[in-house]
Amino acid sequence: MSFELTKESKLVIDELLTRYPNKRAAALPVLHVVQKQHGYIPAEAEPLVAEILEVPPVKIREVLMFYTLFLQKEIGKNHLQVCRSVSCWLRGADRIIKQINEKLGIHDGETTSDKQFTLTEVECLGDCEHAPMMQLNDDYIGDLTAEKVDEIIGKKGQ
Amino acid sequence: MSKNGKILTPLIENDCNLLENYKKFKGYEAAKKALKMSQDEVIEEVQKSNLRGLGGAGFPTGRKWAFIPKNSQKPVYLVINCDESEPGTFKDKYIVSSATHVLIEGIIIASYAIGAHTCYIYIRGEYVEPARRIEAAIKEAYDAGILGKKVLGTDFNLDVYVHRGAGAYICGEETALLNSLEGKKGWPRMKPPFPAIEGLFRCPTIVNNVETIAYVPPIIQNGPKWFADMGTERSGGMRFYGISGNVNKPGIYELPVGTPLREMIYEHAGGIPGGKALKCVVPGGVSAPPLRPDEIDVPMDPDALAKIGTMIGSAGIIVMDEDTNLVEMLMASIRFYHHESCAQCTPCREGTGWLDKILQRMLSGGARERDIDDLYEIGDSIFGNTICPLGDSAGMVAKGYIDKFRGEFEAYLSKSIAAKSANSPELKKAS
Repeated sequence: MSFELTKESKLVIDELLTRYPNKRAAALPVLHVVQKQHGYIPAEAEPLVAEILEVPPVKIREVLMFYTLFLQKEIGKNHLQVCRSVSCWLRGADRIIKQINEKLGIHDGETTSDKQFTLTEVECLGDCEHAPMMQLNDDYIGDLTAEKVDEIIGKKGQ
Repeated sequence: MSKNGKILTPLIENDCNLLENYKKFKGYEAAKKALKMSQDEVIEEVQKSNLRGLGGAGFPTGRKWAFIPKNSQKPVYLVINCDESEPGTFKDKYIVSSATHVLIEGIIIASYAIGAHTCYIYIRGEYVEPARRIEAAIKEAYDAGILGKKVLGTDFNLDVYVHRGAGAYICGEETALLNSLEGKKGWPRMKPPFPAIEGLFRCPTIVNNVETIAYVPPIIQNGPKWFADMGTERSGGMRFYGISGNVNKPGIYELPVGTPLREMIYEHAGGIPGGKALKCVVPGGVSAPPLRPDEIDVPMDPDALAKIGTMIGSAGIIVMDEDTNLVEMLMASIRFYHHESCAQCTPCREGTGWLDKILQRMLSGGARERDIDDLYEIGDSIFGNTICPLGDSAGMVAKGYIDKFRGEFEAYLSKSIAAKSANSPELKKAS
């Protein structure tokens, strides 16, 4: 299997490369572009990114393994990233996680068989004033209650 | 400054992510003023204001700027730290989302003062919408001749770029952030050399927190004395306090440096839900050692908090009511460090893991007699033995909870051990 960048992705990457005195510095932004295009970063994309950034492929692998936001395999359409850090924990994050475990039959890092949902327990997302909260794909959803979680799962699961 | 005496809050409330709104607040007048001053004059004004870094370390901002070598042959960089990931901290999100232009104006002034022509705003990857807002405001500024070539009609050139992180708490540590910005994994660097001498791309670099830079334009506009007089002796002005956990009104509150912690909890944040009693409070993000209810008359000032063995950090206050199980709370705190340790230094990589394992075991019915002593000793053995302060924080937090609440930890342990022996099969057989 090979991986190819779309024309749009290539244009964005060309501009990104102008922002830094060397190409390697664009590693994180370029990997964000790849992930946006493909949903995750397939192993086949690594040599391509390495070529663009003019570094050995291992340097890309190293970065992928270090940063939690870079996904290395396909996940569900709806990524439920539930905060479990202190402020959310104080306001019932455990209950929210348990509700999702029971309702969808998935635990931390797992995806439902219909590929609709992936659950990830995450550390502080900087939204403690709305605890307990989660990030659904790109969006923050705060002040979670059991009803609100049911609603999210019901609406997105259709 | 607004009628109620707040500085940045009115900008946030009036959507100053849009240039036309910011113009109503004398937007970019301070930058015009600064660009007519000498670089040294700008640095001196900031020094006199007693503005200290509001990201966590609290280093005097003007003094940091003065470390940049004069007439550097290499380019100088300004890097804005918006990696905001310390549990209990969420203030920068509001500034970059809704007072974006005051940040850009602060960037112009700071860049001019240190001689930088390129600035990177490093924002945590999860802040997707805030990053979009910054990109949009930067574009507005370029289109209006505020950024780019000939900033505000002067001979000063400045480019500003947003750089998104990808989920790593450690990148809030300034040297890890610089490695991350260079496209590497976010491992902290040994200091010295300090970034002001050798930072981004091995060039002189200043790394400042978002909120710190946002206060620069009002300081230039209103003078350093105005800002210094609002705060305490060695720490000027106002700052944002984030308050979360068991309070009625969690949120951000912009108040003078030195506002008492008690006032924060019981007046601004509306007290504890259900009228419950306070058990414990963390004053400055999860890394600040906890305080007991009899210690909350302390002013929220870096020096006053340091004196009682904790720190103001990011001023993220986390409140725990009487029902909180502090063994669980410590586990939730330590689990964070274990998850976020970058694994570069052995004492932190292994130590945070051991602390986490002991606490998880204690909480799942497997407590042992020596657990509390082990937690304390492991905490001690991480402290001071790592490149960056992440490991120190884990150690201080573990020791902090035990020091302040030893009774509760011991009671939990004896109860848990008693329950374990009552359930053990051998004892059952014997009886």
